[in-house]
Amino acid sequence: MVAGAEEGGRAWPGEGPLLLGVRHHGPGSARAVRAALGAARPRVVLIEGPPEADALIPLAADEDMRPPVALLAHSVDEPGRSAFWPLAEFSPEWVAIRWALEHEVPAHFIDLPATHTLAWGRDGEEEPPQGDEPEEGDKPEEEGAAANGGADVRVDPLALLAETAGYDDPERWWEDVVEHRGPGDGDPFAPFTALEEAMGALRETYGSGGHDRDLVREAYMRLQLRGAQRRFGDGVAVVCGAWHVPALRHRTTVAADKALLKGLPKVRTDMTWVPWTYRRLSRRSGYGAGIDSPGWYGHLFRVPDRPVERWLTKVAGLLRQEDRLVSSAHVIEAVRLAGTLATMRGRPLAGLSETTDAVRAVMCDGSDVPLALVHDRLVVGDVLGEVPAGAPAVPLQRDLDRIQRRLRLKPEAAERELELDLRKDTDAERSRLLHRLRLLGVAWGEPAASRGSTGTFRETWRLRWEPELAVRIAEAGVWGTTVLGAATAKAESDAVAARGLADVTALAERCLLADLPDALPTVMRILADRAALDADVAHLAQALPALVRSLRYGDVRGTDTAALTEVAAGLAERIFVGVPPACAALDTDAADEMRRHVDAVHGSVGLLDDVAAPAHGDLRVRWHAVLGVLARRDTVPGVIRGRAVRLLLDGGELAQDEAARLMGLVLSPGTPPADAAAWIEGFVGGGSGGGMLLVHDERLLGLVDAWLTGVPAEAFTDVLPLLRRTFSAYEAGVRRTLGELVRRGPGQPGSAAPTVSGIPGFAADLDGARADAVMPVVRLLLGLEPGGVEPDTDNDLVGVAR
Amino acid sequence: MSVSAEPMSAPVREQEPSEALRPHAEDAFAEELAVLAAQDDRPRPARWKLSPWAVATYLLGGTLPDGTVITPKYVGPRRIVEVAVTTLATDRALLLLGVPGTAKTWVSEHLAAAVSGDSTLLVQGTAGTPEEAIRYGWNYAQLLAHGPSRDALVPSPVMRAMAEGMTARVEELTRIPADVQDTLITILSEKTLPIPELGQEVQAVRGFNLIATANDRDRGVNDLSSALRRRFNTVVLPLPESVEAEVDIVSRRVDQLGRSLDLPSAPDGIDEIRRVVTVFRELRDGVTSDGRTKLKSPSGTLSTAEAISVVTSGLALAAHFGDGVLRAGDVAAGILGAVVRDPASDKVVWQEYLEAVVRERDGWTDFYRACREVSA
Repeated sequence: MVAGAEEGGRAWPGEGPLLLGVRHHGPGSARAVRAALGAARPRVVLIEGPPEADALIPLAADEDMRPPVALLAHSVDEPGRSAFWPLAEFSPEWVAIRWALEHEVPAHFIDLPATHTLAWGRDGEEEPPQGDEPEEGDKPEEEGAAANGGADVRVDPLALLAETAGYDDPERWWEDVVEHRGPGDGDPFAPFTALEEAMGALRETYGSGGHDRDLVREAYMRLQLRGAQRRFGDGVAVVCGAWHVPALRHRTTVAADKALLKGLPKVRTDMTWVPWTYRRLSRRSGYGAGIDSPGWYGHLFRVPDRPVERWLTKVAGLLRQEDRLVSSAHVIEAVRLAGTLATMRGRPLAGLSETTDAVRAVMCDGSDVPLALVHDRLVVGDVLGEVPAGAPAVPLQRDLDRIQRRLRLKPEAAERELELDLRKDTDAERSRLLHRLRLLGVAWGEPAASRGSTGTFRETWRLRWEPELAVRIAEAGVWGTTVLGAATAKAESDAVAARGLADVTALAERCLLADLPDALPTVMRILADRAALDADVAHLAQALPALVRSLRYGDVRGTDTAALTEVAAGLAERIFVGVPPACAALDTDAADEMRRHVDAVHGSVGLLDDVAAPAHGDLRVRWHAVLGVLARRDTVPGVIRGRAVRLLLDGGELAQDEAARLMGLVLSPGTPPADAAAWIEGFVGGGSGGGMLLVHDERLLGLVDAWLTGVPAEAFTDVLPLLRRTFSAYEAGVRRTLGELVRRGPGQPGSAAPTVSGIPGFAADLDGARADAVMPVVRLLLGLEPGGVEPDTDNDLVGVAR
Repeated sequence: MSVSAEPMSAPVREQEPSEALRPHAEDAFAEELAVLAAQDDRPRPARWKLSPWAVATYLLGGTLPDGTVITPKYVGPRRIVEVAVTTLATDRALLLLGVPGTAKTWVSEHLAAAVSGDSTLLVQGTAGTPEEAIRYGWNYAQLLAHGPSRDALVPSPVMRAMAEGMTARVEELTRIPADVQDTLITILSEKTLPIPELGQEVQAVRGFNLIATANDRDRGVNDLSSALRRRFNTVVLPLPESVEAEVDIVSRRVDQLGRSLDLPSAPDGIDEIRRVVTVFRELRDGVTSDGRTKLKSPSGTLSTAEAISVVTSGLALAAHFGDGVLRAGDVAAGILGAVVRDPASDKVVWQEYLEAVVRERDGWTDFYRACREVSA
């Protein structure tokens, strides 16, 4: 008190140090802290936070430092073990730091050192085992809402008080009650005195909330406070969570406090500043102290006056940018509605809920869709903090250094090519590292086309380290403290933001390449969602092959692909349902496109069925049923019908007789020639061995031949280009054989035995000895056990030739 | 020249309220309104019978200081009623949007009753609503006999509300032809209604406001022009929040309807009703009830009202052609009809739903089979 008076500040009520209990991330608290500090002019400011960060405090005054930022503490040996203390410009702690720096008053952090809190995390007795997700399990951050009451009162104590008073927004209650209506209006200390009383009552009821660690932390804070008082007398101000104020006021013996601190575990830690984002401040999962509306709080803190009017003008601006018709009249009406609503709800000023209601009713026609945009862009906000270059290296950089050393992969400015053989462990790890960095936007390596070998186990990279990549890594530090953790978090976030189905599929593929099993569930969930909502079968059909390909990669790399299989099977099912209606009323180009999709899906289903999840039943059988529908439905374009028949025939699902009947049906005079020709193209075209089928199945050839000769002369010219397109794709040898077969005339006697009897230059029957001579080679090619030759080797050979 | 608030002839009520099949809100709840008015000490806007706070209490229900219990008229988010009442207290008109069966008309009637004590100043919007229904018409006998005068003028409910400072109601605003809708623009922005034939105008007195209701997912309606839309604060009345609430509404309505149609009551119907409601909700929300799988939504509204009709017709089927117990087969066809409105796109949606969700759900095999049967 005396010291405060000496410095020309005002005396604060009560005895001892000035204890400023705050609500973390509360603009009202922040403003009150600034006012109180300005009035009291203490000689030292103590702030709740890790003392290791004391050396970093001056950086807060750096020009390049822009909140939101976070103090990051991480274990030196395990960068994955970390904790964050996020600070926005409207955080009271930030305001206190800035005030101290501006007034050249020393500022110190007085919370329990991170070296202990991180070690606590390692014991894993309470927190979940520290994953790579940086914001999980870090006590100090949860402390952010001064809510660290433990299991019983794991709520914001201010929220508790506000709720008791009938408010839904604690910040609003704080503004309304503590600041606007405090006894002795204008007294900067009044709100803190009132709050201290309230907290005292709360602590009397709940004690430490069953959370012993709070007691330890408060013991440490008390010791620090005593130390400061010895040096600075009573000119000490403390900014800490309101919850702790009664505990700091409480008088205990030094010995008792020291006893509490005895034998705490330790871990070597390092601290730095990292950029933070509003979005992360609002994180609702795994981030106890998340605030729902950082953008709104920032606005409240920043605006000089008329917060509601300014806010609604901002909202109108945003909606206009999105081409919504919002005039000034709308803003006026919204302000009026918000004000009247506030009156009706008995509040002195409109808050976020009133303005939101007003925006919805006046500017958004009652719809929540544009409102979601307002929430995302303004209420939460897109602000990204910046940290000066002088800040210590982020743990991500250290992690990367370590990995680079281990993998003997030096960052070099000169460009060089790197050949990786994924069968070797080191190379596989290098590949993963490069893939992960690419996901993080650190383009150190670019994949290049492999020279020489096309094996899937080979990868070629073009490496080049550029200085700005260090900046990228610092930026990527937002995502996590290890390369793996950061890449996982980034992949998840990318998946959420991805626009199209194809983007997500590509991301899934990249996750597998980068070996991010933890990101896969999220990516898969979003993939499934997108697939469910995508009404275009073509998109789904495009996505399926990539997914199935990913499945095979996953197999090569030993990743667990159960989730992927599940999604792929689900995707296949949606395609099954969607394909038949999508095949109606297509023009020629679209039909060709669709035929390619049908082909791709057919191939994928074949691969998928081997690994398919049992829950999805026999995918192949159902796909064949779909093909059956396609083959027999007249509204489906000829090219697709023909292809469906062909695929069924190849799969042995359709008897030759039935195929012949269908072909005869479509080639009968009742069908327009163009449609029939398209059918033929679908059936035998596409350069996939269709010619061979015709060569070997004389009955089909006979059908085609009979149809062709039956085409009326005037229609023949229409059909000719199509036929030419189909047949010109055949290999020359096949064409010649076909030609010779046709010249000989189809339907020769003995066609029941489908052999190539009678071809010039060939004997009428097989030469057993010569055929046998080929068998060992064939066996070798097919990987068959010697001796187990099937009787119909003939067909197998055809299959191989395809 | 302007003629201000002069009382105009109101339609004479032909019956005592108690004999009416359905009494007006202000008659049915006259007692509650009187108690509220007696105990209401908060400021009231001009010509309001109650303060905005008391109007909200009247709609949402509550207990007054003297222990009188006010029954809730509307069960739903408090926010909606608050915004609606607040809108009326400013001079903006209120537009209640929602799919059929979300109590739009009910809310508008009770709001008018609580605010002005009269819910009868009503314009029913149809495709044939003429301009006269919103502005004024003429008594032709008078007109021919005495020439144009105020005596020959037949005021519309809106005109009367303006002159007397009351709340007017327009039902199904989007069904009214666009040119007739636009008549409202002058009324809502200038708050006057010119009568060019007489060289006069009617100016709205304080207390006048207008509540319109409209269906936002109906096809073939006359969308509001942006000029008109700008005059309204819009409140969307949501569908029931939980499955339980919706099942409750459906079974209660079905029971009422069934009694009036003399259908035998189905003892085990509640499970089937729950199933219908679940299907409707899942397709409407585009996500399964466990929140795991996303779904496409069909083009139909799938409102609670439709669920009620599906169950009712299912009951009729069960009663007349089945064994009297509501089964999956009885509702399957009705559901198919409600879901598949657009044969091309909705069919895919429905089949995807069947294959991806229904087929794998425990205990839904009978339903899956029944649906497959009718969809095939």
